[in-house]
Amino acid sequence: MRLPTPPAPHIHGGNRVSLVMQRVLLALVPGIAALVAVLGWGVLVNVVVAVVVAVACEAFMLRLRGRPVRLFLGDWSAVVTAVLLALCLPPLLPAWMTATGVAFGLIFGKHLYGGLGYNPFNPAMVGYVVLLVAFPRAMVQWPAVAPFAETAVGPLQTLQITLLGHWPAGVQPDAITQATPLDHIRTRLGEALTIGELRGGPAFGVLAARGWEWINLLFLAGGLALLWLRVIRWQIPAGVLLGLAIPALVFWSFNPDQYLSPLFHLLSGGAMLGAFFIATDPVSAATTPRGRLLFGCGIGLLAWIIRTWGGYPDGIAFAVLLMNMAVPLIDRATRPRIYGHGGG
Amino acid sequence: MSELALILVATVLVNNFVLTQFLGLCPFMGVSRKVETSLGMALATAFVLTLSSVVSYLVSTWVLAPLGLEYLRTIAFILVIAAVVQFTEMVVRYTSPLLHRVLGIFLPLITTNCAVLGVALLNVQEQHSFAASALYGFGASMGFALVLVLFAGLRERLAVADVPVPFQGAAIALVTAGIMSLAFMGFSGLVKM
Repeated sequence: MRLPTPPAPHIHGGNRVSLVMQRVLLALVPGIAALVAVLGWGVLVNVVVAVVVAVACEAFMLRLRGRPVRLFLGDWSAVVTAVLLALCLPPLLPAWMTATGVAFGLIFGKHLYGGLGYNPFNPAMVGYVVLLVAFPRAMVQWPAVAPFAETAVGPLQTLQITLLGHWPAGVQPDAITQATPLDHIRTRLGEALTIGELRGGPAFGVLAARGWEWINLLFLAGGLALLWLRVIRWQIPAGVLLGLAIPALVFWSFNPDQYLSPLFHLLSGGAMLGAFFIATDPVSAATTPRGRLLFGCGIGLLAWIIRTWGGYPDGIAFAVLLMNMAVPLIDRATRPRIYGHGGG
Repeated sequence: MSELALILVATVLVNNFVLTQFLGLCPFMGVSRKVETSLGMALATAFVLTLSSVVSYLVSTWVLAPLGLEYLRTIAFILVIAAVVQFTEMVVRYTSPLLHRVLGIFLPLITTNCAVLGVALLNVQEQHSFAASALYGFGASMGFALVLVLFAGLRERLAVADVPVPFQGAAIALVTAGIMSLAFMGFSGLVKM
């Protein structure tokens, strides 16, 4: 077999880390717009706080480690981590909590391991899980979805709440926050209600979870754009969505009163954001084609298990970290056969 | 039947002995540099843990309880574990010299694995039946094996990572174990017992 090498000049494809990261950020824009439309200005405040803290932490750690600060800040990876983490947080979370999560994710989840390219765990999810475990109450207080909110919180009031911790008169936490649809349904199922009885309630929208269905569809659109630009490969998102949908389909077809439909699972919580943007982190995900599929399926399955039987309303973050642990073994087990070297 | 299945899920995932109860940390940190050795350790521990939790249940129910000697439980269990480890080593040596060579020093070291004693004592404290005790020991050893092998895989990668000098070695391994423990908190609430 001849593999001719064409003569020079060879043209560089122009694919750099910073380009990949910028494309990821651009692909997130429609989903962010949907989040702001449904959940209010707090989403943007979270993103800004997270990005500022992330850039500061990144610069500080690079300086401590004696690396060129400007060069590594220019790869945009800290910004992507910060934005992904911020998009998982409740919009009215106090800013100091957001900052804590981002700092933990970047310092412990990334730089102690040697920075971009070495971190075994997804830094955004490390930060998120630390916040979820440390501040469980604050992390489940989501603003009521737009049409059901009694009073909309304006941009200035949002800043007051998140930065100063001061709730303006007439806006009280209990009046404007509610559990997310997944959380609500889990609690109600625990009270021996059936899903049929909940269908007309505030948790259900046109297709799936009210409000969250549009957020997830727009993240799906952004994710498909990333696929089309070949920033990510199809295996991981497909694995996550299948891993989530197949067990959901099996259990739902046996007992639709106790188990949510696959469509509801796919279009609620962080399903699409997780499948296309978080699980596909090129550093902490599996790297072989079959390994990626396995990695994705594992995330979907674990997320479904935690959503259905676990103590936390959404399981994507835990599932990503759990599968991150398994990546070295997955890569080892699915190593592709080298051409010309025996089978298996 | 479903109760026994729940015990298995609970001991492997929800109340994992290493990551949520912090028992058996010495072999977890000490024998996790390579995946192969960690597999050997996991196998030997699985055998000893299951056997010793069964034997200590028998000793506790048929010897200590009738004689009113419950206050000697800890010492009796330590003796039982040491005997089981010694017995395992002899059996392995004469039946399969190859396996004996693979396990090597890890076999006697299991005596000092606090998870083994922990399982035996927890069995009594939670008043498990015979089958539940055996399954509890088996589940604990499977949970131990799972996280030990996963951790060894991660540590093989850490060995080539550009870790800052003050954090190399045990420090970054403990940070990793901490993050693994955080991830395992996701399983909390899976089993209501």
